[in-house]
Amino acid sequence: MFERKATIASRVGLHARPAAIFAEAVGEVPIDVTIALESDPEEDAMDAASILSLMSLGASNGDVVVLRAEGEGAEGILDSLVRILETDLDAV
Amino acid sequence: MQSYSGVGVSPGRIIGTVRQMPRPVSEPPVGQSRPASTTADEAVAALRAAASSVQAELKRRAEVAQGNAKAVLEATAQMAVDPMLLKSAVKLINGGATAERAVWDASASVAEMLHNLGGYMADRATDVLDVRARLVAELRGVPAPGIPQSDVPFVLVGEDLAPADTATLDPAKILALVTSGGGPQSHTAIIARALGLPAVVAAVGVDALVDGAVVYVDGAAGTVHVGPTADQVAAAQAWTAAAATLTVFDGDGRLADGHRVPLLANVGGAKDAVAAAAAGAQGVGLLRTEFCFLGRDLEPSAEDQIAAYRGVFEAFAGKKVVVRTLDAGADKPLPFLTDASEPNPALGVRGYRTDWTSPGVLERQLAAIAAAAEGTTADVWVMAPMIATVDEAAHFAAMCSAAGLTTPGVMVEVPSAALTSASILGEVAFASLGTNDLTQYAMAADRQLGPLAALNSPWQPAVLMLIGLTVAGSVAEGNGKPVGVCGEAAADPALAVVLAGLGVSTLSMTPRALAAVATVLRSVSLDEAKELARLALAAPSATQARAQVRAGLPILDALGL
Repeated sequence: MFERKATIASRVGLHARPAAIFAEAVGEVPIDVTIALESDPEEDAMDAASILSLMSLGASNGDVVVLRAEGEGAEGILDSLVRILETDLDAV
Repeated sequence: MQSYSGVGVSPGRIIGTVRQMPRPVSEPPVGQSRPASTTADEAVAALRAAASSVQAELKRRAEVAQGNAKAVLEATAQMAVDPMLLKSAVKLINGGATAERAVWDASASVAEMLHNLGGYMADRATDVLDVRARLVAELRGVPAPGIPQSDVPFVLVGEDLAPADTATLDPAKILALVTSGGGPQSHTAIIARALGLPAVVAAVGVDALVDGAVVYVDGAAGTVHVGPTADQVAAAQAWTAAAATLTVFDGDGRLADGHRVPLLANVGGAKDAVAAAAAGAQGVGLLRTEFCFLGRDLEPSAEDQIAAYRGVFEAFAGKKVVVRTLDAGADKPLPFLTDASEPNPALGVRGYRTDWTSPGVLERQLAAIAAAAEGTTADVWVMAPMIATVDEAAHFAAMCSAAGLTTPGVMVEVPSAALTSASILGEVAFASLGTNDLTQYAMAADRQLGPLAALNSPWQPAVLMLIGLTVAGSVAEGNGKPVGVCGEAAADPALAVVLAGLGVSTLSMTPRALAAVATVLRSVSLDEAKELARLALAAPSATQARAQVRAGLPILDALGL
């Protein structure tokens, strides 16, 4: 199991457009990825490909989230997903 | 020949073929189970295929949409293939349900969960239900809800348009709008006038029109005829020719005797303002600032607000721009400002009243308006919506003064403000009549309801009397403070004559209407306008007021208005 932390860069938080862009990106990777707030225990982690889960997570601008995955290429995939979260997707 | 009669809300005579808005998707029977001939795997495969094609369709629409509509469509596209949603639907299918019923129930649970989270998430529950309707329509092989797609322009017929539909409406593909519901102030009517599309609302029975039927629509008379006659074909051709001459306004609103009635534009942002200035508008009579706030989860920053307002001021350098402060509530809810659970939002905490429950937002907005005005030459006036008492007017004037804004005013939308306008104008520099809300409050008739369309006419003599009383209040106050109109009534050329006759000083409207209103105003003198206003006030009903005034304005029929 690999873990990466990311700080939400979008001004509105992980909602609406930023959540749609991120969920779509996770949906395209070949492994399962979970997401949780840094303050939440691992068993509360949710499917990061689900926009509905992402929105109910309620991550605001500046919040730190933890992405988790295992399997081939997991580290590289997590790194690329962190970059998406750390970009202000409202500005895209 | 079959014909239907409704309320004409936007003039124009056209002939076209009917396309019906697809009916709302009906609920699959509760407990509907799969026939033995369909395996669970087949049902799951059908669901996944439907999800992909709904996602593709929404993404395609997102690509051509702008701003907030684009963000909503992108998010909704992703919901269609949401693993959490599909996983719970698959579980139901494996338990024996049909794909339709499974996705129906799975979406309902998700929507309920979002609803219980409240605020912004509760609003997204509506998006989940929209996706559900699309998925079920796709599974059934019936058209998706929403505006039909077509390469050939058509007459759109439906029950009523929702604000979400109007966001995706392509005016180049639509010849006219006809609805069985809605009223003169409904979203359908407002969007039709803004786009210059002929429209008839509250036309009972048009739901029975079939796709492909050829109809003649008269948006001034409010009639729809199936199978046009030779006369109607000629009328439609004459309208097309006349419409071409009714698109130019020379920027000088006046009556035949030279009496000036400046014609201003209602705008919602810098892009609108540039178009309005190009259309000849003599200023902005209503800048709807909520367009800068709607669809936001948070109050926009001072920088965002200043940039949005300055864009409008720069388009009207040296001219008057009347800014209406935030008018949230009722049909324009905002998550950070209004309470969605009010039992009666039209009579609730809306407009100026949100300053009582969320103090600070209005003060910051006034500061942003003042900052945006700095360095521009626009003559910036500011008015508050939903003012009901003299105290409110005085308080708003004090807030404007504290922000350094020198021309404070009020909207007259609540009948109490019309009745006490002399005292209210003692506190502020001007008043602007919002006829849409003034009508709904004077007649106690929700402006969105089709069955109340006849009550919701600004031709109601009681509404015209309230307008007359507001002007009389200004005369009694003694300083000649201007009373303008910025509601939809100003865009109706016949009503514009009546308003001028009642002593209204400026008319503000959708820029589309400027040329037609200017042309008709120029056909009458002030005395003639006063006489027509007197006739309208004395009429026993809205219908007769309109008929009598129109009879005195033969130019209307000649131009097909």
